[in-house]
Amino acid sequence: MTLFLEQLLNGVQFGVMLFLMAAGLTLIFGIMGVINLAHGSIYMIGAYAGTFVATETGSFWLGIPAALAAAALAGVVIEFLVVRRLYGRDHLDQVLATFGLILIFNQAVTMLFGRQPLFVQMPSILDGSVELLPGLSYPIYRLTIILVGLLVAFGLYLLINRTRIGMLVRAGSTNREMVRALGVDVRLLYTLVFGLGALLAGLAGFMAGPILAVQIGMGEQILITTFVVVVIGGVGSIRGAFFASLILGIVDTGLRAYLPGLLRQVMVGPEADALGAGISSMGIYLLMAIVLLIRPKGLFIRNS
Amino acid sequence: MNSETSFKRPALLAAVLIVLIALPTIADATGYSALTSLATRILIYGIAAASLNLVLGYGGLVSFGHAAFFGIGGYVVGILYQHYSLEEPLFGFIPGTNQMLITLPAAILISGLAAAAIGALSLRTGGVQFIMITLAFAQMLFFLFVSLKTYGGDDGLIIRRTNELPGLNMRDKHTVYYVCLVITAAFFALLWRIVNSRFGNVLVGLRQSEKRMAAIGLPAYRYRLMAFIISGMGCGLAGALMANFLRFASPDMMHWTKSGELMVMVILGGVGTLFGPLIGAAVFIVLETTLASWTENWQLALGFILLFVVLYTHGGVQALVLRLAHRPENRNRFSESTMRRFKVLERPLRVRKDARRSNGKR
Repeated sequence: MTLFLEQLLNGVQFGVMLFLMAAGLTLIFGIMGVINLAHGSIYMIGAYAGTFVATETGSFWLGIPAALAAAALAGVVIEFLVVRRLYGRDHLDQVLATFGLILIFNQAVTMLFGRQPLFVQMPSILDGSVELLPGLSYPIYRLTIILVGLLVAFGLYLLINRTRIGMLVRAGSTNREMVRALGVDVRLLYTLVFGLGALLAGLAGFMAGPILAVQIGMGEQILITTFVVVVIGGVGSIRGAFFASLILGIVDTGLRAYLPGLLRQVMVGPEADALGAGISSMGIYLLMAIVLLIRPKGLFIRNS
Repeated sequence: MNSETSFKRPALLAAVLIVLIALPTIADATGYSALTSLATRILIYGIAAASLNLVLGYGGLVSFGHAAFFGIGGYVVGILYQHYSLEEPLFGFIPGTNQMLITLPAAILISGLAAAAIGALSLRTGGVQFIMITLAFAQMLFFLFVSLKTYGGDDGLIIRRTNELPGLNMRDKHTVYYVCLVITAAFFALLWRIVNSRFGNVLVGLRQSEKRMAAIGLPAYRYRLMAFIISGMGCGLAGALMANFLRFASPDMMHWTKSGELMVMVILGGVGTLFGPLIGAAVFIVLETTLASWTENWQLALGFILLFVVLYTHGGVQALVLRLAHRPENRNRFSESTMRRFKVLERPLRVRKDARRSNGKR
């Protein structure tokens, strides 16, 4: 039971990380109609910038503003130089241009930091575990991630539903042309949304640092999973992204934790482990295929 | 239209073919014998990219998972070879083989079946969802093969010898090149027939306006699925050839970046043209090889080139060359591609409004 709860928490923690990525991506999809493969690169930039500053200054906390600033800056520059030219182009051009960006960023980061993965020391307050229930102790750092993720989700909810910018964002994702016709500076809105998405991706990247290794290619791994989240949740829906992230996080973690064990009862140890790992990696894609076949627009989009 | 013009220039085509036939001799005479294997890779990737182009360029369906079929083709060759060398039948009744006359058709058949399954499910969606679901299926197959320890898992399968063809010495690099050349020529001839057939026209019509085709009474889904299957078979053939050429099949063949590379080849050469993907494959492989020999940071340069091509050339290298040469036929193509971009063909009644909107944007 405690193992199950622990895995559940791990799943939620992975889920909120996915949500931080998916929120930006789904807004960019929904409002600007752009597929941005470079979102994973921004995640990587946040991780590298934050980890670099944290290691150089010796303070984990200074890494946070560094990661956020670097990611937001990268996002705004990408939007200004490349993505701005892709609005209204077909999806093929968008996929290829941002694929080019991935190549550029991966290579640039390799040139700056080398191929060795970086590691960051987590601060002593967040190191260690707390006992949540008798027999269930859980790392404080992971709990913090969950907390931060939920706070961001709540903040986004307020931003989207209670502010003027949020109103424009909602209007933009429903009818772009109308918003422009009403005299709103759509360009500025696009840049803001892109910057916000980049900021969240950078935050996710930096928080992932102490858990996963900071290395080249970390962005693409999470990017593809994030796409699955966005598509399952429904393109453009923040609410959909939130629930789909949690579902996927829990399903993925659950499969990885339990499937090899189940397979080991019918197969030899190492082969069961390999097959179990393979099938659990396939799990989320299978889930996505099923969801799309039942509801081609995603779970949280009303069928028109 | 472009494909027709390509074949209306038989002199050019014959010249290219003669150069390709003489290539190994020239390569040996000038001392660049590596040129032959480079050309073999270009031909193989040309087949794969041209297959992708059938759905991408002619059909307007952005598939981000075609590396899956490429990989399946490679693994069919690899798995049949492994069972041949271990002398134990696959599933207990299918004997392994090293005969190319069996492995290539088998690879085409299996990848066609996979494309039928994946296409039947994916084509129920469209737009962004289609891109993502094809990517998802390719990822599923990628992870499946990574986890199959029997067939090498992560490390892939080594094929000790290239498949045999009766009467030919397949250990010779030149022979492998000529086999690939013959297959490529046959493949493009077939593709030309397909593209210029009624089927090809319906496919292009569906890209331009699905509603109009539906109004004529043509079932969009069935035509698209057929195109997807043919395209998957072509990629499977290319994968099988690649496994023979490299004597190696690995999950990397179906990695998502490979799907990306195939798309890059298509756009480099020119989307929706018959020989564009072959030119694109040549440009991509030559770029990759030369850049890699200059600097280890070749991906940086490749990224910038890709960005430039996507943002500033409409129609890839072919169109760029034609534009530089100021060919009048190119001007026609340009206006058509611009028209397509603003979807004028789809809604003829709103031409004016759309044009005004596009002016306002600038």
